[in-house]
Amino acid sequence: LSGRLSLRELCGYRAGDKGDIANVAIFADDDETYALIVREVTADRVKEHFGAMVQGRVDRYEAANVRALNFVMQGALGGGGPRSLRADSLGKTLGGALVRMEIDVPDHLQDRRRPRPDVTWADQILFVHERPR
Amino acid sequence: MPDAIRPRPVRIAGGQGFYGDTPAAVDALLGDGIDYLCLEALAELTLAILQKDRQRDESRGYTRDLPAYLARALPFVVDGRTKIVTNAGGINPTAAAHAAIETARQLGMTGITIATVVGDDLLARLSTLYQQHGQALTHLDTGAAFDTFPGAPLFAAAYLGARPIADALAQGADVVITGRVADASLFLGPLAHAHGWAWDDWDRLAAGILVGHLLECSGQSVGGNYSGDWWALPHPWDLPYPIATVEANGTAVISKPAGSGGRVSTDTLRHQLLYEVHDPARYLSPDVVADFTSARFEDLPDDRVRITDVRGTPATDTYKLLLASHAGWAGEARVAFSWPDAYEKAKATAAILVKRVEMAGLPVDEWHFEYWGVDALGGPTAHVGVDPTCEPPECVLRVAWRCEDQRTAGLVGRELVPLTLSAPPAGFTGAGRGAGSATELLSIWPTLVDKAVVDAEVRVVLQEVPS
Repeated sequence: LSGRLSLRELCGYRAGDKGDIANVAIFADDDETYALIVREVTADRVKEHFGAMVQGRVDRYEAANVRALNFVMQGALGGGGPRSLRADSLGKTLGGALVRMEIDVPDHLQDRRRPRPDVTWADQILFVHERPR
Repeated sequence: MPDAIRPRPVRIAGGQGFYGDTPAAVDALLGDGIDYLCLEALAELTLAILQKDRQRDESRGYTRDLPAYLARALPFVVDGRTKIVTNAGGINPTAAAHAAIETARQLGMTGITIATVVGDDLLARLSTLYQQHGQALTHLDTGAAFDTFPGAPLFAAAYLGARPIADALAQGADVVITGRVADASLFLGPLAHAHGWAWDDWDRLAAGILVGHLLECSGQSVGGNYSGDWWALPHPWDLPYPIATVEANGTAVISKPAGSGGRVSTDTLRHQLLYEVHDPARYLSPDVVADFTSARFEDLPDDRVRITDVRGTPATDTYKLLLASHAGWAGEARVAFSWPDAYEKAKATAAILVKRVEMAGLPVDEWHFEYWGVDALGGPTAHVGVDPTCEPPECVLRVAWRCEDQRTAGLVGRELVPLTLSAPPAGFTGAGRGAGSATELLSIWPTLVDKAVVDAEVRVVLQEVPS
């Protein structure tokens, strides 16, 4: 038995740039989830997920010691930082874009979902400065 | 070995992660007691910015926040507590050293020794390297041959390694200023010097590079840009910068200043471990090929993580070399639209602008359209239109364009102005800086160059701050 979950529920992420190449790493919290993403999140699926945003090849590397997969995407930044017309010319947000991907997750892993943010502290700080609307 | 004769661990900190980072962050690091303060100021984009700076003024080309950092750190240097290593020299380390000496002199911090590492700037030597030394200078990513290089190179910066830094420290430098030394090597330099690591002790060099990589982006290893429970980090407005305590055998403990916010955990560190990395089993640094997949991470109490077992293999015989060329001029503008039909209005306005620019006879080499609030960042991954009933409450059109010359790029933006009253309803340009002045674009050309031909010209220059 399984259901669909977006990677956002299961993984951390960080993206970086080198020239016109972006890399996105995703991080699993436990060995079972890591085995799942190793199986499900292939280089081909990532290439397909990004469509026209990534012009070139996607390669995948494994770092099992930190339960991470690293995707290296060629032609991903509109020519590279100093040349790109994109607002996000360094691809900082590509990690979030990758974890939108949905994968099949077995039922016994469905409870591994990461918690959603609680920014009550931010509301408390901002409250004083908000004018009544 | 009894503690008494074991070499003291070295405490090293990452006090800067980019040009424009906050100098105030180094106070907590210096107060916590560190042997070396490393200030990493460069990125590919930074070199492009510094190139434009140097084009305007020959005495520029280094990161100009260096004096602000020195003003905070030099009192600790004068006391002999801390030494500073920085690549703030950018593409003009000699000018940076001049500014550093001037800063120290004005603060009355005389007698300290400032070292400058030069030889990374290959611009003047480039044609000789290509024609006489057999350097192919092939584009590293595309495989393009150097004879197709577009125009004249604007800068040529080789990513030097840790050795000249260690040499400078061995010669008594208190402050070491370099140009384009690889980020992580900036940290390996002092570690190799302090522990006397041999330059073929690959595992220890790899450990130093891994530590450097974890520290080089300041806040990014202690909770900055952290995708875990970022909302639960203590005092995120007071994110500290990281410190490593490194033993002679390469074992390192990453920590942060006592009482600061943020977090040090295996999870925060693994985010940084793979940042801007390609093959993590073969992280190519000038000094060693480090295997980041070999490292063991162990969470300790009180925001500390121990890292052991890092493995390395021999360095390659080339340096990375970054060239840049002029790539035209860009302009951009933003227009905001409200519900209803915000996305459709934004698209229509973009199309109207394209037609108006065509009618005006202004040649545009490339258009780029982003719909903020819809898919500007996510592109195809945002699945626009999957649920047609889900309509964005607002949408900001960001349009950017590239033209061959600066004047045309400016005139294109002007075609947007009349749309204030003559376009789909209720758009306004207050959402951005509007059609500002055109900016110059640079293309970068990463390549490789033989170490031997570069090293022949690498020099360490020592200067004492005069009274």
